[in-house]
Amino acid sequence: MAAIEVRLPVARKLVVQSLAQGSDKHLVAPGDTITTDTGYMRGHGTYMGDEKLVASVAGAVERVNKLICVKALKTRYNGEVGDIVVGRVTEVQQKRWKVETNARLDSVLLLSSMNLPGGELRRRSAEDELAMRDYLQEGDLISAEVQAVFSDGAVSLHTRSLKYGKLGQGVLVQVSPSLVKRQKTHFHDLPCGASVILGNNGFIWIYPTPEQKNEEAGGFVTDLEPVSLHDREVISRLRNCILALVAQKLMLYDTSIVYCYEASHPHQIKDVLKPEVMQEIVLETRQRLLELEG
Amino acid sequence: MASVVLSEAEKVYVVHGIQEDLRVDGRGCEDYRCIEVETDVVSNTSGSARVKLGHTDILVGVKAEMGTPKLENPNEGYLEFFVDCSANATPEFEGRGGEELATEIVNTLYRIFSSESTIDVKSLCINPREHCWVLYVDVLLLECGGNLFDAISIAVKAALFNTRIPKVRVLEDEEGSKEIELSDDPYDCIRLNVDNVPCIITLSKIGCRHVVDATLQEEACSLASLLLSVTSRGTFTCMKKLGNGSLDPESIFEMMETGKRVGKTLHASLQKILDKEESLGTTRQKVGFLG
Repeated sequence: MAAIEVRLPVARKLVVQSLAQGSDKHLVAPGDTITTDTGYMRGHGTYMGDEKLVASVAGAVERVNKLICVKALKTRYNGEVGDIVVGRVTEVQQKRWKVETNARLDSVLLLSSMNLPGGELRRRSAEDELAMRDYLQEGDLISAEVQAVFSDGAVSLHTRSLKYGKLGQGVLVQVSPSLVKRQKTHFHDLPCGASVILGNNGFIWIYPTPEQKNEEAGGFVTDLEPVSLHDREVISRLRNCILALVAQKLMLYDTSIVYCYEASHPHQIKDVLKPEVMQEIVLETRQRLLELEG
Repeated sequence: MASVVLSEAEKVYVVHGIQEDLRVDGRGCEDYRCIEVETDVVSNTSGSARVKLGHTDILVGVKAEMGTPKLENPNEGYLEFFVDCSANATPEFEGRGGEELATEIVNTLYRIFSSESTIDVKSLCINPREHCWVLYVDVLLLECGGNLFDAISIAVKAALFNTRIPKVRVLEDEEGSKEIELSDDPYDCIRLNVDNVPCIITLSKIGCRHVVDATLQEEACSLASLLLSVTSRGTFTCMKKLGNGSLDPESIFEMMETGKRVGKTLHASLQKILDKEESLGTTRQKVGFLG
């Protein structure tokens, strides 16, 4: 018998505020003056107005020597060359696909930037152009790397390696791009039994670890075999843990996700999304991360 | 209706999961997401309620106004429904985009309240054939996260529970003209009996099984759904099929059984929380929209 829980709303409060902050962050809103000292170079999120440096986005001020920039807390994805992104195909055009990556403009995946089966290198012919829809249709998910950024901010993607390509069965979680930590690698095989791709654009893909690791087909063959119940439980628990970390505004990277997963073990998977359980798990995760650092 | 696009592999994953009674967020097939209900959020209405069901956010306001009874029912008051799909919910609702969905919801609400036993409309009559209370129920869709009808029906029930209609007295002059006098005490009011107000349970057929409280992803994988309006005693007042797919008569019976079970539990939990909120009275911390 399912128990349906109806409750009264409780005002949200962030868990991390209750723990001691190392250094106080200088938070600004658009229009706030950052500094009147003209010796600084202006970076992203700032502009010069009336002899002083003014913020154009809402976020925290970061200073590296002479460069001042404002890192926004919630923003659309801004492409940088070399980022790993997970995107959804929205259109199939003549020689390219339009991919939605939570940016201001749809990203572009050119046919010439897509890897062919088996990794062969050849010039794309007219037959390849006609067969585009056979490979990627509207709604398909892909993992890709940013090749270039156009002048209007649109991002050009490529899947030139066999580890990128069309994604198979799994779960997609959409978060703000500012919560994904930049690391050396964004493809993780977690010890709990599932794999995760942390896209820099905030799209996080959780999928069951494939058995054969050496045979990376580049996503040409989609495996539609049913996933085992144990793997499903791991994936659902990971998804709920990631949503808990996002609700409490913690940075997402493999260590924080693994700690949060381990902290959620005493609770049932569906209970992880309850506000009080979320606070408890994230508090424990935060404490373990602090112990790890210091 | 707002919808997400999913790849084939994602749909296959969702369908296989439901067959094993484990949905993407870990729920079983008959589990609801956490529901948050708050009443008395809008101060200039006779009653209001706000319901949050996962990512679905609904605000309902009830205003009681004086009007003339309808010709077919001269001894009764009546309810008027209006639904506004806010463009905040999804860009598809911009301009007139949300009108189709709004009309569908309004027609469903009229149908489920068409039965005589749902709300005691005779108590809304002041002077037969001349004056009666008209309850204008306005529904505002703030966010669309799947399972709209259920959330709307819960919010309407909570708002009607919260409605306070001022007590009026009818005075007769010597000439025979009637005057309506409002009582001076602002707390002197009549409350509505919402015991028989039904709640909508939407059952979506995905694969060979059916689920309750589908998210947007699950709605994209389901071909047909059954909308049942269930009262707290387990009786149905209305049944409607949504979607392009077909439903087997056997699965309809199974879905009705599930709907009855889930409906009774939902009514019990909802009534409990409404009573609890009422008993807190002025000590209740109002969260409102900035919480």
